[in-house]
Amino acid sequence: MDKWENNRAWFLVLPVFFIVAFSAIIPLMTVVNYSVQDIFGPGQRVFVGTEWFEEVLGDKRLHDALWRQFLFSGLVLLIEIPLGVVIALLMPKKGWGASASLVILALPLLIPWNVIGTIWIIFTRPDIGLLGAAINTMGIAFDHTASPIQAWITLMFMEVWHWTPLVALLAYAGLQAIPEAYYQAAKIDGASAWSTFKYIQLPKMRGVLTIAVLLRFMDSFLIYAEPFVLTGGGPGNTTTFLSIYLVKIAVGQFDLGPAAAFSLIYFLIVLLFSWLFYQALQNVGKGDVK
Amino acid sequence: MARIALDHIAHSYLPEPKGSADYALKRIHYEWEDGGAYALLGPSGCGKTTLLNIISGLLTPSEGQVHYDGRDVTGLPPEQRNIAQVFQFPVLYDTMTVFDNLAFPLRNRKIAEPDVKKRVLEVAEILELSEVLKKRAANLSADAKQKISLGRGLVRSDVAAILFDEPLTVIDPHLKWQLRRKLKEIHEQLRLTLIYVTHDQVEAMTFAEKVVVMYEGEILQIGTPEELFDHPQHTFVGYFIGSPGMNFLPCTVAEGGAQVAGGRIALDPATFSLAQNATGELQVGIRPMYLELHDTAVANGLQASVSLVEDQGNCKIVTVQLNGTTLRARLPEEKPAPGERVWLVFPPQHTKLFADGRLLQEQPS
Repeated sequence: MDKWENNRAWFLVLPVFFIVAFSAIIPLMTVVNYSVQDIFGPGQRVFVGTEWFEEVLGDKRLHDALWRQFLFSGLVLLIEIPLGVVIALLMPKKGWGASASLVILALPLLIPWNVIGTIWIIFTRPDIGLLGAAINTMGIAFDHTASPIQAWITLMFMEVWHWTPLVALLAYAGLQAIPEAYYQAAKIDGASAWSTFKYIQLPKMRGVLTIAVLLRFMDSFLIYAEPFVLTGGGPGNTTTFLSIYLVKIAVGQFDLGPAAAFSLIYFLIVLLFSWLFYQALQNVGKGDVK
Repeated sequence: MARIALDHIAHSYLPEPKGSADYALKRIHYEWEDGGAYALLGPSGCGKTTLLNIISGLLTPSEGQVHYDGRDVTGLPPEQRNIAQVFQFPVLYDTMTVFDNLAFPLRNRKIAEPDVKKRVLEVAEILELSEVLKKRAANLSADAKQKISLGRGLVRSDVAAILFDEPLTVIDPHLKWQLRRKLKEIHEQLRLTLIYVTHDQVEAMTFAEKVVVMYEGEILQIGTPEELFDHPQHTFVGYFIGSPGMNFLPCTVAEGGAQVAGGRIALDPATFSLAQNATGELQVGIRPMYLELHDTAVANGLQASVSLVEDQGNCKIVTVQLNGTTLRARLPEEKPAPGERVWLVFPPQHTKLFADGRLLQEQPS
């Protein structure tokens, strides 16, 4: 076949190429541009090499925010994934109960993120909040604006309340897709409920749980609106996560260079961990036993 | 192993069935002999899978009882009936090795590990799976996977019967043949009761000692493949078994034979005397391979026109029109294709008469 004719196929890729270029690559390159230069204004810029990267990597407050971020995402995954699976297992399989539980579960997912923060501020206020006041009446001093531990607890409750339904919905979809014959075979083989879960339900949910883990990792690692509204990063810096700190540098202090360098590192961390999770979940329990 | 008796079984998926149309199974009363190989044959929706699930215990029948060796097991779940079932597509525990898959039913029953190992190795040997025992089950081909599903039934030495629900649907044609032969071998070796559901007559006829033909929730006939072919008890059996199926012509009884739209067909004296007392709608039935075609007018020949000749390689299927009724004849390959006009001869010994769909025959006294 004519070689030129083969090359024409490249034209078919052009639309996608332009869309990706304008939506991802060009904005990303702007960030790269800022990360290696010191820009004072139009036409006034100095190439600084890796200076911003070195500054950012040596920033103690950033290290703290990073560890806080890992702790937060780790807790989110450890709580939300098992809890979501348990909820999915307990949900009715058919009938009106199934529809009703789906609608109720989906409600938190429909609320705008900053509104979630506002709801929980009011909900947990020690003076007028339904939950906050109730806890204080029981004799436990509760005020998440004063205690870092209580701030974290409130934050985790809010996060779990907000996002576990997503995991549950995904897991439920995965469970519904398992053909009846698997359960019948398990029954015939005399498998216990636990064995059925371990050898049928869990492996068959691999695909949806991979998506759930990736989504929950990325979203929680990039979280901004809810903790910003609820705690503003406080008390002190105890709930300052990476994106809150990033906004402080970029918008608060207008340090665009370090902010850009930091954004790139942030992006690479998310990419790396998403890849690791994906690989791990795809391959667990698949290879041949030696 | 066990003798399985179905005592007046009927089943409806509706909570309060009214007419007989609400029943997926009507009046099934039959006994499956210990160690027999049975095929349940019928079109989709005839109730064969329902019947299988009632035997296995996945379904409890609305009416009637199931007995295993005289013990009433109607209310018992599958795991207490010692039944094994192979499903339409391979059902495996994906994350386990082949060995663990085969060992699973034994380990669940708390059998000592050395015995588990011994039994699994034996069964793997029979199924030719010894090579792949350490492989993950998910990485094998469809036919090997289906053998593992079967193996999970075979490992249990106490298994009462193995039930198959169209197990070869997802297998490649050339492997189907091998697996079928393997099944037959296993049956001869172990003499387990096997019940095999299929809508494929070739599968049923090659696998089973006895074929149970079902239609709309009823058993129409139970017999060896030969009996079903030569003596169909019902027009549906005649039509469903054989390729192409039996030819049927509506008829009335006339002097010495059956009067059809295109002439008169001679009947043998026994059938003729039965026909005279028969009530209901009568039909003449003949297998395509017995229908004779002649190029010239012959005695008792009915004139018909040929509308299509299909050469199938080992035979020719000739479609003819007899006064508006379509009939098919099967000619040996070496016979030349007929011309446009033919004369049909119905040999009396192969010409059957059906009243309201049922074969007219001497009632055993």
